[in-house]
Amino acid sequence: MEKKWEELSPDERQEVLFERWLSPKDHEGNDLKFNSPEAEKAYKERVTRFKDAIQLKKLPDRVPVLPIVGFFYTFLAGFTPEEVMYDYEKAVSAARKYVLELEPDVHMGAIGPGPGKFFDILDYKLYAWPGHGVSPDHSYQCLEKEYMKADEYDALIQDPSNFYSNIYLPRIFGALQAFTAPSLTNVLEIFGLAFNFVPYGLPPVQAAYKALMEAGDEALKWAMAMGAFNEEMAAAGFPASAVGVAKAPFDTLGDTLRGTRGIMVDIYRQPDKVLKALEVLTPLMINTGAGAAKGAGLPIVFIPLHKGADGFLSDEQFKKFYWPTLRKLMMGLIDEGCVPFCFVEGSYNTRLKVIRDVPKGKTLWSFDTTDMAKAKEMLGDVACIGGNMPIDLLAVGTPEQVKDHAKKLIDTCGKGGGYIMVNGVALDEAKPENVKAMIDATKEYGVY
Amino acid sequence: MAGNLVNALADLKEEEAIKIVKDRLNANEDPLKILGDARKGMEIVGKRFADSEYFIPDLVYSGEILKVVSELVKPKMTKEADSKKLGKIVFGTVAGDIHDIGKDIVVFMLDVNGFEVIDLGVDVPVQKFVDKIKETGAPVVGLSGFLTLAFDSMKETIETVKSAGLRDKVKIMIGGGQISEEIKKYTGADAYGKDAMAAVTLAQGWIGGK
Amino acid sequence: MEKKWEELTPGEKQEELFNRWLSPKDPQGNDLKFQSPQAEKAYKERVTRIKDAIQLKKLPDRVPVFPMLSFFPAYYAGYTPQEIMYDYDKLAKAHKKYVLDFEPDVNPGIGIPTPGRVFDILDYKLYAWPGHGVSPNSTYQCLEKEYMMADEYDTLIRDPNYFFTTTYFPRIFGELEGFKMLPNLANVQEMPFVGPNLVPFGLPPVQEAYKALLDAGAEALKWAGAVGAFGNEMAALGFPGGAGGFTKVPFDTLGDTLRGTRGIMIDIYRQPDKILEAMEALTPVMIDMGVSATQMAGNPLVMIPLHKGADGFLSDAQFKKFYWPCFKKLLMGLINEGCVPLPFVEGSYNTRLEIIRDIPKGSTFWTFDATDMAKAKKALGGIACIGGNVPTDLLSVGTPSQVKDYVKNLIDTCGKGGGYAVANGVAADDIKPENMKAMIDFTKEYGVYKK
Repeated sequence: MEKKWEELSPDERQEVLFERWLSPKDHEGNDLKFNSPEAEKAYKERVTRFKDAIQLKKLPDRVPVLPIVGFFYTFLAGFTPEEVMYDYEKAVSAARKYVLELEPDVHMGAIGPGPGKFFDILDYKLYAWPGHGVSPDHSYQCLEKEYMKADEYDALIQDPSNFYSNIYLPRIFGALQAFTAPSLTNVLEIFGLAFNFVPYGLPPVQAAYKALMEAGDEALKWAMAMGAFNEEMAAAGFPASAVGVAKAPFDTLGDTLRGTRGIMVDIYRQPDKVLKALEVLTPLMINTGAGAAKGAGLPIVFIPLHKGADGFLSDEQFKKFYWPTLRKLMMGLIDEGCVPFCFVEGSYNTRLKVIRDVPKGKTLWSFDTTDMAKAKEMLGDVACIGGNMPIDLLAVGTPEQVKDHAKKLIDTCGKGGGYIMVNGVALDEAKPENVKAMIDATKEYGVY
Repeated sequence: MAGNLVNALADLKEEEAIKIVKDRLNANEDPLKILGDARKGMEIVGKRFADSEYFIPDLVYSGEILKVVSELVKPKMTKEADSKKLGKIVFGTVAGDIHDIGKDIVVFMLDVNGFEVIDLGVDVPVQKFVDKIKETGAPVVGLSGFLTLAFDSMKETIETVKSAGLRDKVKIMIGGGQISEEIKKYTGADAYGKDAMAAVTLAQGWIGGK
Repeated sequence: MEKKWEELTPGEKQEELFNRWLSPKDPQGNDLKFQSPQAEKAYKERVTRIKDAIQLKKLPDRVPVFPMLSFFPAYYAGYTPQEIMYDYDKLAKAHKKYVLDFEPDVNPGIGIPTPGRVFDILDYKLYAWPGHGVSPNSTYQCLEKEYMMADEYDTLIRDPNYFFTTTYFPRIFGELEGFKMLPNLANVQEMPFVGPNLVPFGLPPVQEAYKALLDAGAEALKWAGAVGAFGNEMAALGFPGGAGGFTKVPFDTLGDTLRGTRGIMIDIYRQPDKILEAMEALTPVMIDMGVSATQMAGNPLVMIPLHKGADGFLSDAQFKKFYWPCFKKLLMGLINEGCVPLPFVEGSYNTRLEIIRDIPKGSTFWTFDATDMAKAKKALGGIACIGGNVPTDLLSVGTPSQVKDYVKNLIDTCGKGGGYAVANGVAADDIKPENMKAMIDFTKEYGVYKK
């Protein structure tokens, strides 16, 4: 790069990040060695296919296919979700089997919901996971509660990190219950300074930090295994899809802080606090999403969307509470050269005309039960869309039904590019032959 | 006066509703009558939801208001509410799935619409559904599920009901998360409801009440 | 308490905190055992004297004397400042000797000379301290620099704790360099986000930084044990502790140790809105800092050293725009929680007196340095308790009789009707012990109110 990052326009930044995705590095920072010239060619074709579909500048060679998988690869390899959460080699071997046998255009790595032992060490309370609150063969599930209380908005707004470390983490991690130190912003002049460090000498606090470091060790071990897998797949020609993640600020509040019930009541009882908290959270979400994307050299930032779906909020509420900060988040990411990938759960039929208001060729939207003809009509000229391959069909249908649906989707949305094949919600229990049918049908019918 | 509480609840005016309830309690009005009005307000909320005029937050919030109203009224109640229930419904989130938000909303709407709901909670073992159906003689069963694992759990639950010889004695509705018409066929349920008001309509069709 | 804390008025909260100060507890939470009935009586008289001087409701029995100290007890006991910063026994011995020999109305405690070993462990860069950058026999000195850069206001405003831990600490504590790599915990969200976001806690530089923090904590805890024991011992002997908490005016928070004097002065011109926004963000944080400490200590006084608002530092218009609004918010936030702010005004405040009058009666205690005390009494009399102004030069090089004359004049000028305490203007280091004694003894003799 000749110009500094700060001097680049959002367009140029996006190009730089795509360029880096196209030319992956190994873990030592050198150019990645591909297994073969064919693998290199396939890798570049796959990334270029996505790039063209997203940017809406050139017609891709064909419709890209991006299956969003949960524990699907685990079941495919004959492991239980519990096994792959605790044994990283099994996780990697299952994901490898899935990628090499089904050959999707991009893959999501072997990360699943994260390392089981790490959650054990921290005594994580927010979820039940395979073998820990749910059966070893089932997926993880959120234990919804008000982990943030209705009267704690001010604390969150005033000093988010203090709220998180001293109020929120002790609630969601049993091992970090002792994290209730005075705010570190009290470390000012020398006068009285040492009082601020006293809590860190208390045995329960020291034990909590020891647990956090131990969990960090485990997370690092796991992250290295995941990184090695992504590198191995890249060398074989299969790019990873996204490492950056972010959430719509409204979902951040509604999912794991106030909970569904909490946020819905807050909309009525303390709407101004909700709006203020959303504003406060937005830049924090942007920084982390963009940071991860830039660190990895991968422009796509995955944003699962939950509580803005049709029915969850009225149109007015969507426009007032959900969309403004989601848009700010997306614009912040786009400014940093990232491509926000909104994975829309439920249906978004009534939101399409609102979400149209994004810059052209910078975003990727995957829908679940949204009417795809409408989506193409409303978004076709501004954004790449995908999704809608129904999970129920993949779970209980036949390969023929899946192929028919894929063909219909390509006919409806594929025209002129700007379309990728994606399933509607993350795959756990699905018939392997159906997932294969989705991928193969796209390769067959999706050629431009 | 009476019309006020019905409207205040229907329009989700919490402070107004609370004030009316307090005033009426101070005037020594029959608490049951007050609750009756509150329920009428809730019925309007349900109707507005069915007409897509209201959304899930409105349902949740109306439930919160009703909770506050009930807490105000309860200490003044001399006798239990003897409102006639329309019929029994056994309800629960199927085995393996621990999601309760959607289920709670449906149970709540069935309840305010006059049904007696036996709520078995979440992650309900197959046999528990069978036992409760036998015990209560409920003619309607509701199965809720959020995850794809619920497809098989629902199927298994319905098959067990069948092998216990109860299948033609009950109507079974399913709903939640990824459930669809396709899954209704797969599991052998009688109907799929896309939201809380659909469940009320189904129950009314099977038990009566409209 | 019958009413819950939240239900009390500010006045009732203040009364409650004074009551807790009047009836101290031991470390187990039981009523403190006094050494003798006389000690108990003396303790309660001393607290009551200060309480009456502050509240302006009743005339105190006499003018309280509230000496402000830095390393004076070390010099007096024949130790260097370095010795008492590293040896907690010597630290306690020196202060005990001071309290028992001079019998002031409050015991300064031993929490002020911060423990040197904590700084060593953290590799503290913001100050030079005795034996570490300055002579073992000198007091510590701030090494002013821009520890926060001119373009970092937004980061500070958005998430103060994140800015402090990941940007500010690595600059002021050499051993916390690894905190640069810490994640923002706001991204610990749904399950799949958690593992990746907490990976940094496995990185060696982060783990080393935490090891230093925990080591510093263990040392600070040792020191705090000595501080607590000393406070109890003195209380049992009849000497109440001084301030229960400490906080700063948001403008000083920014100007002292974040942007530095030069930085904040330029920011006033280049980015005034950012300063105002940052101070708004810091105000609740500064309020919490004082409130939580007084709650723990059971003592309503919150020491607030005032620096950059003095005459000459800012114009009147600048004082009104940048310094006073958040200072007042801070005072009100503290008062609403029952605290008694104790602004310790360095330099002179002659031009500020008319502005700072705008506070509720009987809930603050101002100590002045070079301010004209007759003017101060005129402006604040009947509104706030005032004190201070016994000059450091006089205490250092004057004679006891000069000190007595000075204190006499002060009591004559400001003592009338209560609301006054004798204090020195700048925290005392190496002053003449006989002058300190003269200040204290003469107040006891001359300051008695005739009822």
